[in-house]
Amino acid sequence: MTKEKIKRSILARLIPGLTSLTKRGPSGWMVILGIIIVSVLVIMTVISPWITPHDPTKIRVGDIREPLSLQFPMGTNHLGQDMLSRIICGGSIMLQVSALSVLVCFAIGVPIGLFSSYVGGFFDRACSLVIDAIYAFPGLVIAIAISAMLGPGVVNMALSIAVVYVPSYFRIVRSQVLSIKELTYVEAARATGAKWHTILLRYVFPNVIPSIVIVATINFADAVLTAAGLTFIGLGITKDIPDWGWDLTDGWNYLSSGAWWIITFPGLMIILLALGFTLIGEGLSELLNPKLQR
Amino acid sequence: MAKKVFMLSEVVKVEQLEKYFPVQKGFLEQLFTRELRYVKAVDGITFSIRSREIFTLAGESGCGKTTTGRVIVRLLEPTSGKISFKGRDITKVKGEKLRLLRRKMQIIFQDPYASLNPRMKTVDAVGHPLEIHGLAKGEEKKEKVLEVLDKVGLTPPEQFINLHPHQLSGGQRQRVALARSIILKPEFIVADEPVSMIDVSLRTTIIDLMLSFRKELGLTYLFITHDLAVAKYISDRIAIMYLGKIIEMGDKESLFVNPMHPYTQALLSAIPVPNPERKRKRIELSGEVPSAIDIPTGCRFHPRCPYRTDKCSKEEPLLIELEKNHFVACHLIK
Amino acid sequence: MPFLEVDSLTVDYQMRRGTIRAVENVSFSLDKGETLGLAGESGSGKSTLGLSIIRLVPYPGVIVEGHIEIDGTDILKLPEHEMRSIRGRKVAYIFQDPMTSLNPVKRIGAHFAELIHTHEPNTSKEEALERTKKVLENLEILPERINDYPHQFSGGMRQRIMIGLAIALTPDLVIADEPTTALDVIVQAKILELLGNLRKMYGLALILISHDLSIILEKCDKIIILYAGHMIEYATGIELHKHPKHPYTQGLLHSIPNIELSDQKLAAIPGSPPNMLNPPKGCRFWPRCSHVKEICRVREPPLIDVKPNHFVRCFLYGKEGVHVERSRKS
Repeated sequence: MTKEKIKRSILARLIPGLTSLTKRGPSGWMVILGIIIVSVLVIMTVISPWITPHDPTKIRVGDIREPLSLQFPMGTNHLGQDMLSRIICGGSIMLQVSALSVLVCFAIGVPIGLFSSYVGGFFDRACSLVIDAIYAFPGLVIAIAISAMLGPGVVNMALSIAVVYVPSYFRIVRSQVLSIKELTYVEAARATGAKWHTILLRYVFPNVIPSIVIVATINFADAVLTAAGLTFIGLGITKDIPDWGWDLTDGWNYLSSGAWWIITFPGLMIILLALGFTLIGEGLSELLNPKLQR
Repeated sequence: MAKKVFMLSEVVKVEQLEKYFPVQKGFLEQLFTRELRYVKAVDGITFSIRSREIFTLAGESGCGKTTTGRVIVRLLEPTSGKISFKGRDITKVKGEKLRLLRRKMQIIFQDPYASLNPRMKTVDAVGHPLEIHGLAKGEEKKEKVLEVLDKVGLTPPEQFINLHPHQLSGGQRQRVALARSIILKPEFIVADEPVSMIDVSLRTTIIDLMLSFRKELGLTYLFITHDLAVAKYISDRIAIMYLGKIIEMGDKESLFVNPMHPYTQALLSAIPVPNPERKRKRIELSGEVPSAIDIPTGCRFHPRCPYRTDKCSKEEPLLIELEKNHFVACHLIK
Repeated sequence: MPFLEVDSLTVDYQMRRGTIRAVENVSFSLDKGETLGLAGESGSGKSTLGLSIIRLVPYPGVIVEGHIEIDGTDILKLPEHEMRSIRGRKVAYIFQDPMTSLNPVKRIGAHFAELIHTHEPNTSKEEALERTKKVLENLEILPERINDYPHQFSGGMRQRIMIGLAIALTPDLVIADEPTTALDVIVQAKILELLGNLRKMYGLALILISHDLSIILEKCDKIIILYAGHMIEYATGIELHKHPKHPYTQGLLHSIPNIELSDQKLAAIPGSPPNMLNPPKGCRFWPRCSHVKEICRVREPPLIDVKPNHFVRCFLYGKEGVHVERSRKS
């Protein structure tokens, strides 16, 4: 398939798909709202170099801890940096970390889940045991432990969050595969002589995708919050890159002196991003579940 | 040499086929008892199907007919017994040999809503067997799919190839399933209740299609059903199963004109007839079908039989040919 | 006055993607002691019709038009709490799937006790127990099993329990929705016989809903054939069997294999049931009809009485059409 064909088919399915969402009631609108929020934030982050009014890392563009004004609509922090510019750029790390962690999770959790549950038997039980052990730990604790081991940095943050989430993908995939592999159309595929990997790839996996998408979006939301948490504890990035999580941590110190804007705006942005993903996930879950329950 | 010639007319032969499913034990049971119990779904059956014949396995739910069908196409492994296809023993065939065998033996399922992959377009659902066996792909695959969709009456076929199952009606889906089963040009098809979930007015279409393929493609069928009226319409020979065993078997004419086994008689008398003026005499059977875990001793039908004798509870009757091509397993019939 | 009168009943399912008119303009009446069969295939509206009689059409179904009178009372005007006292007591409903219609954590005796106490709260425990045992006796279920749970019974017995629950309060009307579809043929025959006997014993009115025309013809005095929500033929069983008028009825009768006949020539009805979101204009059956005429595609045929007590909705009859008589060869 040429690149042209791929582009055309994705777009061809996207636009009617999106418009059909409007007809699906409140869940459809949840998804649309979520998509809008996430898209706006992503676009904002992408074009940030061109739209920031001031250089977000430049110190002393204004006075220290200046409250909201026309020149600095979100005030300045204790280094005199423009908060608005920092907010516009600050999503970059979060988005990178959560995207990377979702990707890693997907790449590890899904294949293991697929293979383990399809094969069954001892292998499946062994895998489930290990995965359940990881699952039993509170997510943040694991993330902290691994992040402390690996050190700071975007990739390391992503990896520690990924480890927390692999069990979720595994479990969802496994429960879906266990029920799907008993279905008649899988039996029919076996009866025509299909090999196990063909069955997994073309019969089981495509029917598991809806549930994975839901987990992925919730995963995104949670990754954003966990990344913020890690940064808050000091296990995130160390370089002076504008980051909502960092500003959140930073702003905590100046709350008592009345500079509420330093912590509030980053906090709001983090909530907004997490909310966007959650809306997509919850909305999709409501939309897809009635069909699944048939 | 002579033996081979004789065998050629038999497409499928099943000898003393058994399929037992172990019963899951509860946790405590597992600790305290060593005894294993089994659901004896198929408990020793023997029959053969001749070339271009439509052989029906009929019976109520739980009699083992569906399990038999699945075992013959090796979707389930037999517990014991022998399955032969065109004279070759295929009971333990594995791997590549089994895959090649699957080109010749196909199965159609009961539920048209469950037997198609909801995420596959018709062209892929029907054409995938060709890809699996390396017979065709791309344009060639599409051509063959169009051809076979036309054969099953989904015309114009171009209209159907890009549709997903949820865009098709039950009758259309079953036709797609039928198309999928014949695209590899098999020699033998197991049809497991192919019309029981389809609207009455559409059943004849599917059945007639199956009959026409017998002529056109030289197919042999194992037809599985609980509906004896349909069985009467389509079959050449019928075997009635009860609790895992064949209790009567014969040509369509002899079985329906002269049903000998008390169970067959009761079964036939219970079938509703679409005629309000016919007052049927229904033969009463006491009790219900027992579980296949605890099969009654002797003749497994004896607890419900209105004519049972002492011998019936002690000795299991053998399937004996009492009339030409008419076999019955009952002590009381000579 | 007939016990049940349904007049011009129309029921819609109002969904986001469109409205489905599941039942349109259906009228009939039923007396105590009579059996009415509602026959039809998928999408015919027969289950919806049955449920509307006790006002249990599931959301988003709405009864948009018509009257339903039970024993003289217009039930569409009743407040819900009064309707609830009619359900179970005057009119009982037997649902299709006995496997899931009983509460798996309640004993059988408790099912009956709850039913009796809901409608007759002054009954003593002993009395309720007595009545339950008597009903189970009529159903050929051993009274000792009163303390068993549903999963301990087979499908056939569970359906008998459902029937027992339906007649426990001696209703005047019982609606049985596909009561034997999930059951084997021998059990099916027993259940149908049981229903017939109970009807005679208690003098009930019985509505039997099924897609199996054979059992409808065997058991019902009057039959309504439904197609895509429309009543397309209404006659007694014998009349319908001997002189089916509507092409759909004729087609249906020709497609059922009869175990008592040899060398039957069966014929299918071409096409498939219509998409109820967008049914054909005019007569809903015209795309599959071999006698279709111009007018069929444009206008809906009215219900005409071709004979006394034999109604057809088809342009082949009445002033616009030609009488086409096709009697059944038996």
